[in-house]
Amino acid sequence: MPTLTENKSSRPAARSAGRPLPELIFGDLWAYDPSPETADAKLKPRYDLFIGGKFVAPSTGKYFDSINPANETKLAEIAQANAADVDAAYQAARKAYDNVWGKMSGRERAKYIYRIARLLQDRAREFAVAETMDGGKPIKESRDFDVPMAAAHFFYHAGWADKLDYVAPGRKVAPLGVVGQVIPWNFPLLMLAWKLAPALAMGNCIVIKPAETTSITALKLAELLQDAGLPAGVVNIVTGFGDTGAAVMGHAIAAKVAFTGSTEVGKIIMRSLAGTDKKMTMELGGKAANIVFDDAPIDQAVEGIVNGIFFNQGHVCCAGSRLLVQETVATEVLAKLKNRIKVLRVGDPLDKNTDIGAINSKEQLATIERLVAVGVKEGATMFQPACKLPAKGYYFRPTVFSGVSMSHRIAREEIFGPVLSVLTFRTVDEAVEKANNTAYGLSAGVWTDKGSRILKMSTELKAGVVWANTYNKFDPTSPFGGYKESGFGREGGRQGLLDYCQLV
Amino acid sequence: MTSTAPAAFRRLFNEIGPVDYVGIEERVAKYTTRSIKKSSKLFGLKLATSMVDLTTLEGKDTPCKVESLCQKALSPHDDPDIPTVAAVCVYPAMVKYARRALGEDTPVRIASVATAFPSGQAPLRTRLAEVKAAVSDGADEIDMVINRGAFLSGEFQLVQDEIAAVRTACGIATLKVILEVSELETYDNIRAASFLAMRVLRPNDFIKTSTGKTTLNATLGNNQVMIEAIRDFYLNTGTPIAMKPAGGIRTAKQALQFLIAVKETLGDEWLNNTRYRFGASSLLNDLLRQIKKEKTGVYQAPYYFSEAAESY
Repeated sequence: MPTLTENKSSRPAARSAGRPLPELIFGDLWAYDPSPETADAKLKPRYDLFIGGKFVAPSTGKYFDSINPANETKLAEIAQANAADVDAAYQAARKAYDNVWGKMSGRERAKYIYRIARLLQDRAREFAVAETMDGGKPIKESRDFDVPMAAAHFFYHAGWADKLDYVAPGRKVAPLGVVGQVIPWNFPLLMLAWKLAPALAMGNCIVIKPAETTSITALKLAELLQDAGLPAGVVNIVTGFGDTGAAVMGHAIAAKVAFTGSTEVGKIIMRSLAGTDKKMTMELGGKAANIVFDDAPIDQAVEGIVNGIFFNQGHVCCAGSRLLVQETVATEVLAKLKNRIKVLRVGDPLDKNTDIGAINSKEQLATIERLVAVGVKEGATMFQPACKLPAKGYYFRPTVFSGVSMSHRIAREEIFGPVLSVLTFRTVDEAVEKANNTAYGLSAGVWTDKGSRILKMSTELKAGVVWANTYNKFDPTSPFGGYKESGFGREGGRQGLLDYCQLV
Repeated sequence: MTSTAPAAFRRLFNEIGPVDYVGIEERVAKYTTRSIKKSSKLFGLKLATSMVDLTTLEGKDTPCKVESLCQKALSPHDDPDIPTVAAVCVYPAMVKYARRALGEDTPVRIASVATAFPSGQAPLRTRLAEVKAAVSDGADEIDMVINRGAFLSGEFQLVQDEIAAVRTACGIATLKVILEVSELETYDNIRAASFLAMRVLRPNDFIKTSTGKTTLNATLGNNQVMIEAIRDFYLNTGTPIAMKPAGGIRTAKQALQFLIAVKETLGDEWLNNTRYRFGASSLLNDLLRQIKKEKTGVYQAPYYFSEAAESY
């Protein structure tokens, strides 16, 4: 029965009128059985502070619980350090710097750093399981990304340690002394490696504080540092909450502080350090644009979009949380994206087939839920797949908002969760304008078949990293850092090393 | 024809869009990290067994060799739980012996590689005559090769017309169109050739990677490019096209990885032997060996499986 509406369709006559649009069925005809990683994480019931090469109890005697976000069970007790403990850590670092590490030749330091890298590789599975239990990220990510990349950072910087005469051509470099570092919960071990490796290679000693929800792998690494024979006091790890972090950042001995975390906290730290002579590097938030042009390889772009926003549950400062797609292909990209998301597996992070694990903490889950509710209220169209979530633990479905405009809050604020906002653009200039219309500037993605357009975009986008036809690619040799309120200073590569030295 | 060829070339490629090599390789690498255990592994192995086109394509094939292949196809193993394979795949001259061995009332279909396989370098009328002869000898399915020379010189219309002609010559027999991916070389070309073929195929006709006679055969990468083309074509037209990777798939582990790609790209409706096949010979015994391993917990020696080429 031909109808007028049928004539509108450009589809061939093979499909009769009235039949529904063809759809793909991603059902349970062939369900994957559970495949949990069974390696032992070798956790201790209680972790003390790591000061002067030894584990010491906190002076307050207080401990707090570290929770597994996948099932809300307690993993271990973590020591809560106060200002006196932080001071003890700085004194130990100062002593180690003056007596041992600051005087040691780069070649000797390299031996220790290589040893750390190798030991981490040896115990990769154990660390991967611990990382997943502590932070909720899928085991395939901690196994294939976090742990190997952490080892790679130690290897890379070990290689630099005896070649520091060449890191700043024409100049000599010297260590800064003792540095204070505070790291976030999204990549606990990897951020630890990003911070420790360049500082150690340059000859600095360290006081570092991991995030309160993810301290375990840092303290496991402390055990590994003991095994590596690293001289006492070179690395000191203090655990606790915001006040501990503030003590680490504000201590008089710290010649430099490095912070990775939220822009909000970054600003507080910078205010409190104004007027001091401390060097600073800040790696803060982001709201990256992932830009898809109409000549892009669409399926691979969709893969890059998924990788950009759902990697590590979207707890990534450089996540491609704003998808800018050219209007001509917006419908196609969105349709393909939805089909792709339907096969993502959300659930037990320790299962080897899990694509999206648990949200890091109850607080973060609440933040995500709050901002998603704002998105709905502001009128954006929400899509979530119908996947089942575990009964216990902190989980959130991968979420895509379409019909988002630049003035929506979900297009401006960092959500730090598996939530993508889709915006459209018409021309190249408009794409650049929209991509740069943010307080952040950490990263961006460009998807196009045109090489010249990639080069143009990479110069016009105000972002520390611009990925072309890929996303979330990291390498120890490549500097990483932000523009604008995403921070300053670089980590990785020669540029990262230069942020841990003084030129003499 | 030659003067319009470049325009046709651009038009097709613009319509179907480019494929990024690095992106495809990254996508398929994720399939290889899937961990398939226990009952889901057993299901996958049996499914793969039911999808095998058990193949012998040698100059030295004889009626006896084909007969024993047919027997293996009918009863891959004495375990009644193990399904028969989907089809046997033989040269046209061997079709009548295969029909004699299998009989008329058989679950195993007979596929034959007609059209001057593997080069396709024969006049069209010769190729069509070969197809008709194979069908009249009892072939249920015809595996044809496309005219790669015409494709690479940009004569897309000719390539497509030849496929349409073979389809007509097939009558009710199912058609499988071999793209010979190693000679097309790029993923862009593989995607383009897939669309050229699909546009003249009937529902559940196949596109197939390769002849198995060149250096590079089925890989997860070219399988992915082709099943994505099938998916796009299906969602646009409603016509479901089937897929057959052939050559180079020798282990059960590889077969499971291909099936994971199907499950996560095309979905449940392609997880059957009407819509997906493996062109293989040694794959079958490895599937059987893994099935026995799943059931008994121990590996059996290769010589416990009939027709096994390897031994100690």
